[in-house]
Amino acid sequence: MGDVFLNKADMDVHPPRLHTDYKSTILRAPTKPLLLLKPSLSEYTGPVFGDMNIGEFDHDLTINGRKNGEPIGERMVVHGKVTDQNGKPIPHTLIEVWQANAAGRYVHKVDQHDAPLDPNFLGAGRCLTDAEGNYKFYTVKPGAYPWGNHYNAWRPNHIHFSLFGGGITSRLVTQMYFPGDPLLKHDPIYLGVPPKGRDLLVGHFDLGLTEPSFALGYRFDIVLRGHSATPFENL
Amino acid sequence: MKQTPSQTVGPYFAYGLTPQQYNYDFPSHVDGNMVDPLTTPNTITIIGQVLDGEGKPIDDAMIEVWQNDGEKALFGRYGTGTDPNNRFIFNTIKPKSVNGQAPYVTFVVFMRGQLIHSFTRMYFSDETSLNKTDETLNSIPEHRRNTLIAKQNGNQYQFDIHMQGDLETVFFDI
Ligand SMILES: [Fe+2]
Repeated sequence: MGDVFLNKADMDVHPPRLHTDYKSTILRAPTKPLLLLKPSLSEYTGPVFGDMNIGEFDHDLTINGRKNGEPIGERMVVHGKVTDQNGKPIPHTLIEVWQANAAGRYVHKVDQHDAPLDPNFLGAGRCLTDAEGNYKFYTVKPGAYPWGNHYNAWRPNHIHFSLFGGGITSRLVTQMYFPGDPLLKHDPIYLGVPPKGRDLLVGHFDLGLTEPSFALGYRFDIVLRGHSATPFENL
Repeated sequence: MKQTPSQTVGPYFAYGLTPQQYNYDFPSHVDGNMVDPLTTPNTITIIGQVLDGEGKPIDDAMIEVWQNDGEKALFGRYGTGTDPNNRFIFNTIKPKSVNGQAPYVTFVVFMRGQLIHSFTRMYFSDETSLNKTDETLNSIPEHRRNTLIAKQNGNQYQFDIHMQGDLETVFFDI
């Protein structure tokens, strides 16, 4: 193997495993200390999707779920750059997104929230970053939705993101929130992140990215853990 | 630069991350078939449940499996919400030993109730001699070592993941 390095997870910005305000952590968070692992080949590498077939509209959630018209909602476009901690762009890496529709309802069969489904909106998408690590999604702004964590609990508007970054240790699942959302200060999932990490989860409104007469522009840059410098291109 | 913080995968990942397994109208790019079991000799099947602190099977976990022995690199993903017993099911091949270590596969565990995913490894019960000399296994207190060793039955391996309790799986800080 070539130059191998793994940065550690930044535990001063990542949330802890047990966060009792978020009740389902109580029976699901590991209770014993994690064991320090001397990594081997499998942990120095990870799946690489650089030449994966991405459908023509996979990155456009305003199109990829249409049945008989356009989805309802405030159209938006999310731009961002994926880099490692040194600011080095991560090209051709897979990003997957999923979200509620404009009314705050997920297509998922388990979601019983009494808000309408949108026949023209699935809420799932994916794309690869380009050679400079940039990505772009079109969608409609997701609605807030209630959940059972505590009395009158509502999740702030958010889009779920999943990234690989070439190493299994750079794997990241996160959520992008919206600036100025009054629900953020009541949300135990967002507040599970230490204060210095919270702003990193909020997308920025950007008039320069806003497409005239079409869609509001947001920027959400993503920084992944460093991983092996010599990823295996086997997938 | 600081890393972007992790957030939970939540309960509603299936139509985005494992859509075909859950019968959503969106193609999956990865599933539990890390190899094609019909055309791959020596296919093994890894089966298990993810259990919470009360010993109840978790029906909204997502498991990813990654293995790389330098010859074959394989990746799989499976949600525990479709099997009647909430099991994950992976078809793969057994990785080879790397540098004399016992062969293993890397597991990444995501679920509602985890703000950040957990890493573990699965070893093979029929690799008795390599397991005995393996540096990582030997670094684990003996009474917890078995939580990482899948039980072989023919070409099936049973590997349950206990989030908590007496049988709590060893999770790693990588
Ligand atoms: Fe959500």
